Amino acid sequence: MMRTPQPGPTVVDAPTIARKAVPFDAGAFFRRYAALAGLIALLLFNFVWTPHFWSLQTLNVNLTQVATIVIVSVGMTLVIATGGIDLSVGSLMAISGALAPLIFLSPFGREHVALSNLLAFVVSIAAAGLLGAFNGWFITRFRVQPIVGTLVMFIAGRGIGQVLTNGNLQPFHNPTFQFIGLGRILGVPVQVIVMLVLVAVAAWMLRRTLFGRQILALGGNERAARLSGVPVDRVKRWVYAISGLCAGIAGLVVISINSSSDANLVGLGMELDAIAAVAVGGTPFTGGQASVVGSLIGALLIQLLRYTLLANGVPDAAALVVKGVIIAGAVWSQQRGKSA
Amino acid sequence: MRDIDKRFQGVKALSSASLEVAAGEIMAVVGQNGAGKSTLIKVLTGAYRRDSGTIEFAGASIDFASPQQAQRGGVSTIYQEINLVPFRSVAENIFLGREYRRYGLLDWRRMNAEAADLLRRFAVEIDVRRPLMDFSTAIQQMVAIARAVSFKARLVIMDEPTSSLDEREVAVLFDVMRRLRSEGVSVIFISHRLDELFQVCDRVTVMRDGRTVMTSRMADVDKLHLIAAMLGRDIETVRSHATGFSAAVAKAGGEVLSAEGLRIGRRVRDARVEVKAGQIVGLAGLLGSGRTETARAIFGADPPDAGVIRVLGKDVSPREPSDAIALGVGYCSEDRKADGIIPDMSVRENITLAILPRLVKMGVVDEARQRAIVDKFMKRLAIKASNVEQKIRELSGGNQQKVLLARWLCTDPKLLILDEPTRGIDVGAKAEIQSLIRELADQGLGVLMISSELEEITEGADRVFVLSDGRTVADLPHAEASASAIMAAMAHDADAAAGADRG
Repeated sequence: MMRTPQPGPTVVDAPTIARKAVPFDAGAFFRRYAALAGLIALLLFNFVWTPHFWSLQTLNVNLTQVATIVIVSVGMTLVIATGGIDLSVGSLMAISGALAPLIFLSPFGREHVALSNLLAFVVSIAAAGLLGAFNGWFITRFRVQPIVGTLVMFIAGRGIGQVLTNGNLQPFHNPTFQFIGLGRILGVPVQVIVMLVLVAVAAWMLRRTLFGRQILALGGNERAARLSGVPVDRVKRWVYAISGLCAGIAGLVVISINSSSDANLVGLGMELDAIAAVAVGGTPFTGGQASVVGSLIGALLIQLLRYTLLANGVPDAAALVVKGVIIAGAVWSQQRGKSA
Repeated sequence: MRDIDKRFQGVKALSSASLEVAAGEIMAVVGQNGAGKSTLIKVLTGAYRRDSGTIEFAGASIDFASPQQAQRGGVSTIYQEINLVPFRSVAENIFLGREYRRYGLLDWRRMNAEAADLLRRFAVEIDVRRPLMDFSTAIQQMVAIARAVSFKARLVIMDEPTSSLDEREVAVLFDVMRRLRSEGVSVIFISHRLDELFQVCDRVTVMRDGRTVMTSRMADVDKLHLIAAMLGRDIETVRSHATGFSAAVAKAGGEVLSAEGLRIGRRVRDARVEVKAGQIVGLAGLLGSGRTETARAIFGADPPDAGVIRVLGKDVSPREPSDAIALGVGYCSEDRKADGIIPDMSVRENITLAILPRLVKMGVVDEARQRAIVDKFMKRLAIKASNVEQKIRELSGGNQQKVLLARWLCTDPKLLILDEPTRGIDVGAKAEIQSLIRELADQGLGVLMISSELEEITEGADRVFVLSDGRTVADLPHAEASASAIMAAMAHDADAAAGADRG
């Protein structure tokens, strides 16, 4: 088949010339810092208008509420950087949330408290990671589209969580274990520290390690990456496994805050919150580029917006609409940035 | 069609191209990649607007605005990939977009009956109520043709309809084409398989570089003449030195690659190549002869179904490109955009993509070493970029190609496979890249070079393997690898190929 002359290169070249002529690229700048600018604007608004906003308590409330979303968004950002998506994170949270109390509430767990608490952490998170790795295996082995491949786990995962607990609510009181959701270090909630560490590690990894660069390379052009020796399938499996691990951690944080685990509810709708945070954070869904810090800012922006509306008497239902508008706006600014 | 011009963003795709088809005639259109065949057809059917020129159809000047309008006007096109709806029934596909209705409902009985009638004309007896995907590619193609004819088409254009058919199916298709001809319908037939043209076509139009270079009765030409016209070569004379290649300075060293009896899918049946250190080996062949497939098999991108590959004397069977890279093989793909560059990454990262695993300590990229390598190869290959952090998609084609060459050179390969290394690159960069390839070979690198440009092969290669229809049909040393010998081999010219095979 012959090739018709591709208009491609010229189309790409035209803005290049414009970019060289104008040293300051307003489009790229806006795209990159839109979420951050929005966040700062909201903060300023709240300092002026929302009573009692400038208090450590308000800050902690907002941060603890957003921590689980951010933790899941870290894994989601990596998945989206490969050009994929992970719908199963909410269900994996439910599984890890169901497993932990099963371990420390068991007769064995009541006898060996320290060991069972440790196992509750390790086994639950590892299980979520393994199921995430299964997602990756399923997607790469059978060349399934990620949205379909993880849909399988999205549906089956919540079922697994309910089967594990017979669909029962598991209430508990375990201060040692619940440290991850209720504890504080120097006044800072533990899950906020976990969140910040994960964001920092993931951002560093994307930037500096072979694994991170290979994620971005295969997301940018999978065929070229494979021909350059990038083990495409292996990298993808790891990325989905990491997304599973993050979901596992988030699941434990949620049940610790609630002092109970309900496989029907833990992580419900989390996949969409995480995807929204990544979108608002400026990571394009086409893959090849990613900003973990952007996802953090995106999650904070959505959270603070909701808080602002609630604190100023707007009902939660209306806040959802505003959330939708923000996401649409973020995607729109990305599109514009690309074509401008 | 007369004097058709078409430019894309200033690049000339057609310059006063012409095509004339008589009623009830099968006209073949042939040409190399990028010769302008498809563009010409798309201008005819209204998919593209022409910049100048006239199109007359059935005595009247026409100007179709879209393929749909062309179809209503009597010009139907059947594309290489059948564009019908696989899940819907055969009859639905035939009447898609102009279904019969009765009382506001679809009149299935009438559509089914007419569809069956229509197909019977082509000797196809099938249940038209079954979904299209239940049938073979050949039948699907017949359905596409039946659909085209049912539009009362007076001109049917077939763009490589035989590429996915086996021999028996091709014979059926040819019968249909002859039947159309006997009914006074004209056919434009585009194919890369030259043998087929002689079986069924009345006349042939050869295109090259956006021009119509030859129109002739099929009976008046032979395959060799067709190939010469397609490649733009006079059979007798070979133009003197048109590339940046010079003769080899050193003698070839030990064997770096030998591949034998390669069989890959349906395209490659029995390919053989050998490369020695310090040698540039050309792999010539027409489009569809299996050149790229052979290269990809050696590189582990699409492992072969059968055959032996030896790299540096060791039997290997790379299953993944990473396996081949570990053996010291590099591969610059033909399609830079789809298989080469990571568009949004910087020049620096594109250069070091293949070598990156060797630049890490405990998983962390050693950026100092990375930068040193990038600087060295940017200088050595004279890559023009505003700085190493510039995104590669912003570079010119020639510079992108140099970056991709650098990607492999920095891995210090023993064998470099170059698939169309100078395609789509301006003349200056082309000569630069060619002389660079020679320089590298002189330093001991084994190069396997695929090229559609005969000059590159005749002047650049120290040894030439010619592929035809998935088989290695000739193995020529530099002295014997003249344009005419290569073309003769491509055309399966028995004497020339046999004489050359001993070389």
